[in-house]
Amino acid sequence: MSSKISRESFIRSTADLLRKAEIELPDDVVNALRKAETAEENQVAKSQLQAILRNLEIAKKHGVPMCQDTGIMIFFVEIGTEFQFDFDLEAAIREAVIIATTEIPLRPNAVDPLTRKNSGNNIGTGIPDIHWKSVPKNQLKLTAAPKGAGSENMSSLRMFNPTETGNIKNFVLQTIVNAGGMPCPPLTIGVGIGGSFDAAARLAKEALLEPLDAPMKGLEREIFEAVNALGIGCMGLGGSTTALAVRVKTAHCHTASLPVAVNIQCWANRHASVVFRGDE
Amino acid sequence: MMEYHLQTPLKKEDIEKLNAGDIVYISGEILTARDEAHARILEMEEKKEGLPFSLEGAVIYHCGPLMQQTKNGWKVVSAGPTTSGRMSKMTPPLLKAHGVRAIIGKGGMKGITDALKNKCVYLAYTGGCAALAAELIKEVKAVHWLDLGMPEAVWVLRVEEFGPLIVGIDAKGKDIFAEVREKAQKQLEMHE
Repeated sequence: MSSKISRESFIRSTADLLRKAEIELPDDVVNALRKAETAEENQVAKSQLQAILRNLEIAKKHGVPMCQDTGIMIFFVEIGTEFQFDFDLEAAIREAVIIATTEIPLRPNAVDPLTRKNSGNNIGTGIPDIHWKSVPKNQLKLTAAPKGAGSENMSSLRMFNPTETGNIKNFVLQTIVNAGGMPCPPLTIGVGIGGSFDAAARLAKEALLEPLDAPMKGLEREIFEAVNALGIGCMGLGGSTTALAVRVKTAHCHTASLPVAVNIQCWANRHASVVFRGDE
Repeated sequence: MMEYHLQTPLKKEDIEKLNAGDIVYISGEILTARDEAHARILEMEEKKEGLPFSLEGAVIYHCGPLMQQTKNGWKVVSAGPTTSGRMSKMTPPLLKAHGVRAIIGKGGMKGITDALKNKCVYLAYTGGCAALAAELIKEVKAVHWLDLGMPEAVWVLRVEEFGPLIVGIDAKGKDIFAEVREKAQKQLEMHE
């Protein structure tokens, strides 16, 4: 008997996944926020962190999105090479977004870039944004990461000269200073180094999904400490909690290139995953 | 750091006493307005057309709420502040033409201290705290310009003890965000 996943159950699970991502933060993010609230000495910043923690409780209690900017819909799909399915995955994800938009509900955020006309259902050309990856497994992993515009707008990308690796840290710091309170700190900062123009941005975005409780390495720690010494603080009102974590991802690049992307994530580092397993 | 509880419509005296860093709670009526609503207000001003709502003593909330239509009208689901920086350029002309007394938003606004002087304050509400905000919004009184889309429309909301709001820029020219930014830039230049 085949236990291939049905289109209907995939759509249901995807809409439920979005609900989870919009209402609850992953434990590692909540723990990082709690830790920041305990450590913060600036009273204004502390009041802001307390409001964030209270907001999370209310969102969970009432089952409503934690932020009114329910984001632009971004998905990461890891398709196992042995995983069997017989429907159009992209069309199914789009259908799930339409259902979730009325069901949860989500704010309709997708607009035509030039006419600014809102599609009304979070669907549009190229939206949801779906990242595909193939893995040697008999499963499919779907991650929903709805991304708010406040933090996305403050992100930055620069094509450096190959000899300028020493300027990367400063570029990240300047991006954070320019952003100030606008991207809703405390932030998760994703840095993508290498690849190509678009690959660097993708690396930076993927970096945001990494667990916040894993220890930071070399450049990550160096940038993290420098960012928190800036004193921007929660919501840009001052204090010691500007970033919860810095994550760096690298890829090989052209010998003549050094692309660096900084993707900024607000405190609401929303993401949730579900794994569909194939026949054993 | 003082704490104030204010009732709308706000009077000049209400906001003159506020200092950057104070905590404020607002009760009464607030109006949401973000990018497109600001643009339309200015357009109508230029054409000398009257607005369908009053901005005298008004509190503008930089917010694109998530609303749900029910049998009994609109219900607020989630309604936190949006990034005020996007409205920086449109705010001085808007303040010149209308008697807005307070702007609620997040992240601060560059270059508006002069426009605010003796007139209006900027109040910071914790970004992303939309579920918390929705609890303090008691009624959706009206909606204007729904043709702009749900986030960009002007929603007239009745609130009770809306806050805590931090006075980010007072009517005397003190701007916490600018001070934090300048300090951060200096700190960064020390690294170089």
